[in-house]
Amino acid sequence: MDFEKEPLINPAKKIADVNSDVCRPLESFPTRAWTVAFGISVSLFLMGIGLIVYQLKVGMGVWGLNHPVGWGIDITNFVFWIGIGHAGTLISAILHLFRQRWRTSINRAAEAMTIFAVMTAGLFPLIHLGRNWFFFWLLPYPNLRNLWVNFRSPLLWDVFAVSTYFTISLVFWYMGLIPDFASVRDRAKNRIRKIVYSLLALGWRGSQRHWNHYETAYLILAGLSTPLVLSVHSIVSFDFAVSILPGWHTTIFPPYFVAGAIFSGFAMVVTLLVIVRKVFGLEDYITMVHLENMNKIILVTGMMVGYAYACEFFTAWYSGNTYEWFTFKNRALGPYAWAYWTMIFSNVAAPQVFWVKKWRRSIPIMFVLSLIINIGMWFERFTIIVTSLHRDFLPVNWDQYIPTFVDWGYTLFSFGFFFTFFLIFCRLFPTIAMSEVKATMHTGRKTEQEHEFVF
Amino acid sequence: MNLSSKLLGIVAVFKDPYHLLRAAGEAQRRQFKHCDAFTPYPVHGLDKLLGIKRSLIPWVTLVFGLAGCLGGLGLQIWTSAVAWPLNIGGKPFLSIPAFIPITFECTVLLGGLATFAALLMFCRLPNYHTRALDKEITNDAFALYISAKEEGFREGDVREFLEKSGAYEIKMVE
Repeated sequence: MDFEKEPLINPAKKIADVNSDVCRPLESFPTRAWTVAFGISVSLFLMGIGLIVYQLKVGMGVWGLNHPVGWGIDITNFVFWIGIGHAGTLISAILHLFRQRWRTSINRAAEAMTIFAVMTAGLFPLIHLGRNWFFFWLLPYPNLRNLWVNFRSPLLWDVFAVSTYFTISLVFWYMGLIPDFASVRDRAKNRIRKIVYSLLALGWRGSQRHWNHYETAYLILAGLSTPLVLSVHSIVSFDFAVSILPGWHTTIFPPYFVAGAIFSGFAMVVTLLVIVRKVFGLEDYITMVHLENMNKIILVTGMMVGYAYACEFFTAWYSGNTYEWFTFKNRALGPYAWAYWTMIFSNVAAPQVFWVKKWRRSIPIMFVLSLIINIGMWFERFTIIVTSLHRDFLPVNWDQYIPTFVDWGYTLFSFGFFFTFFLIFCRLFPTIAMSEVKATMHTGRKTEQEHEFVF
Repeated sequence: MNLSSKLLGIVAVFKDPYHLLRAAGEAQRRQFKHCDAFTPYPVHGLDKLLGIKRSLIPWVTLVFGLAGCLGGLGLQIWTSAVAWPLNIGGKPFLSIPAFIPITFECTVLLGGLATFAALLMFCRLPNYHTRALDKEITNDAFALYISAKEEGFREGDVREFLEKSGAYEIKMVE
């Protein structure tokens, strides 16, 4: 290839700049913007705690759920947040296996997003349990009645999938952080900071013998996370696909859900990183190349999602099944048609903007679009869950679902919860994987004596 | 210097991995076996020069992954078909296809946790006692440590080849 490749990272930067640029937010007082954002997030968080107390006191009736819609915004939020998490694992694990070096600038923040998104998602089944204080009944443990959980239920598969996903993502993330914690430790002037990061760095010294094990373990964890992330959203989709409800009972669900998850997750990564790079002045590291690559993935996965929408609609008609076909007509033309068309517009039509290179590289356009996609993907889950439930087989069963302020409040709470953690992360952790970025920076450059680096 | 009798080793600090690799090549030519390099990121090609063998972590992952797989499947079979068989929706007690998702998750969970545990074990981490050779190693310095225990170690010779390879700082560890 003879064309000049656009550099991933500003070539004026030396590897010694990485530590000082990335660690700056850790070593200075929070800015006003951060404090305001944190204040809002914590307020929403506390409001959610209030709602949980209210729900525990009054009971499940505070939700807008009733026969026949037993799953509403709560499960919509669960699926939405789990999906958000998937982009982080795709960036950290799958792109690592494909040796995509551009992942190094964005993987840390994306993995943090994964962890906080999975935590947020995990709240919803727990809130939704009804008798929340019996949450441990979900786990297979030898109890007094010798009764075990039902291993044939997709809901139990979910418990295992989500908790495994959370644990492995956390371990993978922490492992990536160890060398960077050591960097923060070695440059710390403040005593408390020094002690805290020394503990977190576990005494990492950058020995080649350690790097040897480290790289092997990193590769293995990437290899384990790759099928794991695909399994998690597949299993989430089984919650629906294994039932016999028209609109849910389809075999297309696992790949469709995984594509949608990556799509929405990348939109969220773009939303977050456009802000992070601006606020923390990391434009030299998270460059237009990174953003453009992510927008390309959004375009591709958006079309996969669009194909899935078309495919399930076609199959509903082609199957000749009255109930299935009715469900889909009801989605597009029934009382929740506004949600359906919001989803089609946001997820299929809007991302087509990214075909144009200039628009793909425009910060305002990608930021607005990433918000639109997030909204669209939320409505996708809402459409799948609510429109299938509210009109099933017998018209006598039909009813409308009207969310209450508690449902909407929990949705706001989920954002508050997520951003509280994410903002703390931005303050206390290196938001860019420094050691990995340094490795990328030397590639293709020359030493002062014009020797080329060969690795 | 009469302190040289207590010399533990020599550290050379380089500004880039290229020169470190050259010095490591010299060490290899002298058949030094206990050298170690300290770098801000893993430098590829060093393992071979320093004689570091492939990590054994994959075997740990394999063993624990298999244990998770068999353990997960075994737990499901035992609880669903042996300990208290319950008829749920007329499904067979031994519904292997329905047990696959959890079997897979158990494989990944145990394999992944064991991989991390093995990493800490093989690296003897956490280790809060050993001091770093140079503060800049986690920033932008690449260091090579040559132990005085090496067979054929002569201080003058080592200093010379380290300097020739382009070290900008040479420190004695005593």
